[in-house]
Amino acid sequence: MLLAFDTATPEVCAAVYDADTDEVLVELVAERPMKHGEQLAPLIERCLTTAGLDRRDLTAIAVGVGPGPFTGLRVGLVTARTLAHVLDLPTYGVCTLDVLAVEAVESGLVAEPFLVATDARRKEVYLASYDAAGVRREGPVVTKPAEVATALPVVGPGATLYPEAFPTARGPQRPSAAWLARAVAGERVELLDPDPLYLRRPDAVAAAPRVPATPGS
Amino acid sequence: MPTPDAPLVLGIETSCDETGVGLVRGTTLLADTVASSVEEHARFGGVVPEVASRAHLEAMVPTIERACATAGVRLTDVDAIAVTSGPGLAGALLVGVASAKALALGLGKPLYGVNHLAAHVAVDQLEHGPLPEPTLALLVSGGHSSLLKVTDLTLGVDPMGATIDDAAGEAFDKVARLLGLPFPGGPHIDRAAASGSSVYVDFPRGLTARRDLERHRFDFSFSGLKTAVARWVEARERAGEPVPVADVAASFQEAVCDVLVRKALDAATSEGIEDLLLGGGVAANSRLRAMAVERAEAVGVRVRVPRPGLCTDNGAMVAALGAEMVARGRTPSALDLPADSSQPVTSVLV
Repeated sequence: MLLAFDTATPEVCAAVYDADTDEVLVELVAERPMKHGEQLAPLIERCLTTAGLDRRDLTAIAVGVGPGPFTGLRVGLVTARTLAHVLDLPTYGVCTLDVLAVEAVESGLVAEPFLVATDARRKEVYLASYDAAGVRREGPVVTKPAEVATALPVVGPGATLYPEAFPTARGPQRPSAAWLARAVAGERVELLDPDPLYLRRPDAVAAAPRVPATPGS
Repeated sequence: MPTPDAPLVLGIETSCDETGVGLVRGTTLLADTVASSVEEHARFGGVVPEVASRAHLEAMVPTIERACATAGVRLTDVDAIAVTSGPGLAGALLVGVASAKALALGLGKPLYGVNHLAAHVAVDQLEHGPLPEPTLALLVSGGHSSLLKVTDLTLGVDPMGATIDDAAGEAFDKVARLLGLPFPGGPHIDRAAASGSSVYVDFPRGLTARRDLERHRFDFSFSGLKTAVARWVEARERAGEPVPVADVAASFQEAVCDVLVRKALDAATSEGIEDLLLGGGVAANSRLRAMAVERAEAVGVRVRVPRPGLCTDNGAMVAALGAEMVARGRTPSALDLPADSSQPVTSVLV
């Protein structure tokens, strides 16, 4: 029983996959966008209850490692690492953009080389390029849409957000926990450690020289 | 007093730059493991939230493992999980809260989201036994300066006063920087002050003038003090004279401690409270501890101060408060427990 979840986008999602029967037993998406910290744990609990499973039935965890907004991303990763530690399970990290790529290829939405782009805020996108089979060729990187404008199909919300740079939008729009689970079970993606793909350094500047407190000095 | 049958509680603290995991059985401390990212913040002159949050993620599971090893327990022996749900840095809190939820889910055990300030009070029970009810708590750290009246810690605390601008620890950091001492300022000022004169400069005591006492009897202000020190130092520098670092440090420290202790004892005696508890990182300051004991004795107030290692942020304090919640049969938190960066001190259990 593989538990899969992703918190790298505003949509918190979780699923349970039965590797013996090759079946997704349950897939849930949080009711509200964001609030990863509040919604993920109850969502996992509901997945287990809905599938009629006990936490001890789990045999592995798959987690999206981003790139994505840091705060939400960390919720998923610390949850995966802690649960894996408590239950003594292997954890597989997957680049969140790869999950979108696999779904796009397997669902027949793209049949040629393409890109996946998600919202990186600050007028930038997280971006990676894929071959026709959905294997990642370059990226992920964080970049301004205009600098990588292309007529190639672009999967993910980046295309709908920046149609001038990415005129050929294709579904899906959000990473799905069910596809994350299938991608891991079918070894369709590169399996990574559960480490965050931040791609950006923390916003912090070294302490500036001190400003005098005495007026006019 | 060992409590072999009491529940084993694991506490997680990530409200600022320390990743703390504590294990407590009843009121017996079994492990207090802290991983700090303070060195990563030093060159920025203060805690950078994103740097702290990243460090928490990396330290979380290893710190849990180390705490269990120190206590000689297995994670599966844990009966309840407690976590700081606020106040603190939002992104930092969230790492601890999410990890605590995963532990609760993975172990099938109850979760208690508790208040950071109340945990600073609860930790003293591990060293000095049950808190007298009521106790007056003076909590002073880089983020807080509060006077709290504590009756039943598991139900809530009554705030009597707080800083209206900088926290006391913040003033220590800023003055340390002014004097060319490293971050965090508290321990460095304490050390420098040891060889200085506390009456070298008569720095101002914030909110102690008669008209301030009418509105802010139990409140603090350290912003004016910080500016006064800066002006004094700059005047020396302009005159081309050396700055007597030890004397300025000692005089500044004296001004901070004087106001803290004066107001804490005023609050205690005005409420007829006979026990004063010091907590928070600044309570590790040697002058504050000595002055509180000396002056409290004169007015018939007993002082309790945890050892310095338990004054700064740690997981044991969270476990201690969690254990108290379990002992008093309080209702555990729901799994959708939010992290609340501005959680009021009146809300001790979410």
